[in-house]
Amino acid sequence: MSSSTPDFSKPSPRALLQFYRGQFAAALGFNLAYRGMVALWVLGSVMQPLVLIVVWQTVSEGRDTGMTAGQYAAYFMVSMVVSHMTFIWHMWEFEWRIRSGYFSPLLLRPVHPIHHDICENLSYKFVGLVGIIPAAVLMALIFGADFSGASWRSLIAFAPALLLAMALRFVIEWCLALAAFWMTKVASLNQLFDAFFLFLGGQFAPLGVMPEWIQTLSFALPFRWSIYFPIQVALGNITGADLWIGYGMQPSDRSGRGRVATDVEARGLPTTAVERSHACLHR
Amino acid sequence: MPSTPIISVENLGKTYTVPEREAGVKAAVVSLFNRKTRDVQAVRDVSFDIHPGEIVGFLGPNGAGKTTTMKMLSGLLHPTAGNASVLGFTPWERDRAYLGQMTLIMGQRNQLQWDIPVIDSYQLFKAIFRISDADYKQRLDELIEWLELQSLINKPARNLSLGERMKCEIAGSLLHQPRVLYLDEPTIGLDISMQRKIREFVAEYNARTGAAVMLTSHYMADVEALCERVIVIHHGTLLYDGDLHGLVSRFSPFKTIAIEFSEPMVANGQLADANDRYGEIVSANDTGWEVRVPKSETAAVASRLLADLPVADLTISEPPIEEVIEQVFATGVET
Repeated sequence: MSSSTPDFSKPSPRALLQFYRGQFAAALGFNLAYRGMVALWVLGSVMQPLVLIVVWQTVSEGRDTGMTAGQYAAYFMVSMVVSHMTFIWHMWEFEWRIRSGYFSPLLLRPVHPIHHDICENLSYKFVGLVGIIPAAVLMALIFGADFSGASWRSLIAFAPALLLAMALRFVIEWCLALAAFWMTKVASLNQLFDAFFLFLGGQFAPLGVMPEWIQTLSFALPFRWSIYFPIQVALGNITGADLWIGYGMQPSDRSGRGRVATDVEARGLPTTAVERSHACLHR
Repeated sequence: MPSTPIISVENLGKTYTVPEREAGVKAAVVSLFNRKTRDVQAVRDVSFDIHPGEIVGFLGPNGAGKTTTMKMLSGLLHPTAGNASVLGFTPWERDRAYLGQMTLIMGQRNQLQWDIPVIDSYQLFKAIFRISDADYKQRLDELIEWLELQSLINKPARNLSLGERMKCEIAGSLLHQPRVLYLDEPTIGLDISMQRKIREFVAEYNARTGAAVMLTSHYMADVEALCERVIVIHHGTLLYDGDLHGLVSRFSPFKTIAIEFSEPMVANGQLADANDRYGEIVSANDTGWEVRVPKSETAAVASRLLADLPVADLTISEPPIEEVIEQVFATGVET
């Protein structure tokens, strides 16, 4: 066998790119092989905004809620797209990964395991768009979505807002998933987090119709910047200085949590996960 | 033996803290307010060196601490005591350069992607381990030839049998040509023919690359075929480190004397006294006996057998290694 040892002390963007290409293709293969599963997930993603449009349009009939029926339709349609693009399931999977030992092979590689998960996540979103985009168009047509505030400028502004939101939510939830290193049953924590996301991210109701104190609170938390902010940017409701403030809030929230993710790997905290599974065996 | 060890382990220890409570609802409620834990020492004070090119059997019953030790050495676990150096790295610091030069193959854990052709997983490993195009092609060709993978690599891993998948897993884990191999039950669940193929391959890889191999297996055939040296661990403590056959002479207090009679012999009452006079009669028929005797009395018993009985042939042997290991595990003999 031949022997040339690569130099791992230097980062290799080319090798990482090759890895992303290969892992993305592998994840794509998985999602296409289990397209029925993806279709059901996508259907689940469509159901929630569908129900919320109906509820909020009904609520807004004959009373001033601050938004028209068409605006609600537009809001929840864009919310569906943003939710799909920022969705991450890994915090629900980590407990199983740790207990089953599935995480160990990922830790044995000279590549941070987060890259594997990023590829999986992007691939799901990519495949899921095949269902989400037609559903969004149908929803807009059926419920008379009002996009009067949107423009080509808001669409251009939406692209970085969405990308930053994807990164922000991914890093936050991946870090939250690390709680499985310390907690045996982490699902309850995940459920609590999801409830906050639904409420303070603007998935359940536009934050603009919420009480003032909730809106104020939401500025300090990451949920708003993951969901509500990109929706409002797409709809043309955030422009000028507010837009730049929002862009600034997204990475500042992400960088702190991103640091946690890298530190966790570098300091070997994932090993605690394996330790916990070992400890379980010794009970 | 080469001078510098490739794996050096010094007083390695691992203690887990686990919660415990008594049975029953009352105890469950009490544990909410007064949580009790106990320390479990999975590995304690283990020291050994392994040199390049060595294949070392790491033996012990379930729960002995074998996998915990291997996981510490592969960087998956932090020890609670001691030090280790592998290829000059501290494993649990998880240096990329270290991870790129070793592999841990666990019999029931998958590196291969389940739903894509095996060759696509290999391409992924190529990127992960930064293998050059030329090296990848050469190594892949060799591995395909050694392990007879040609008909398998274009199938998704989920469509392979357990044995086929294991062969593909092993090939994938060796594409980056690791200098240290930790093999944790690599033949578990495989049929005898596939076990033999895997054994032959590991021996071949070791001979060609000079990699150090640390192997755990409950199949003694694996150990006997591959390992001149064994390390025995029990209750987390190192019991023995040395020559495989030395293990037998050290831990087996018995030898087996087999005799063949020069003429068919009907045991007329002799058999009843034989257990007292010679030792434990393991088997007996008209043509011969097999007697297990304490090691220190082997010569005396052999003399008595020759004097008392019409013996045509007599052989003295150590008991099978498997039996000795089983006995060591059962009694937990401490050094």
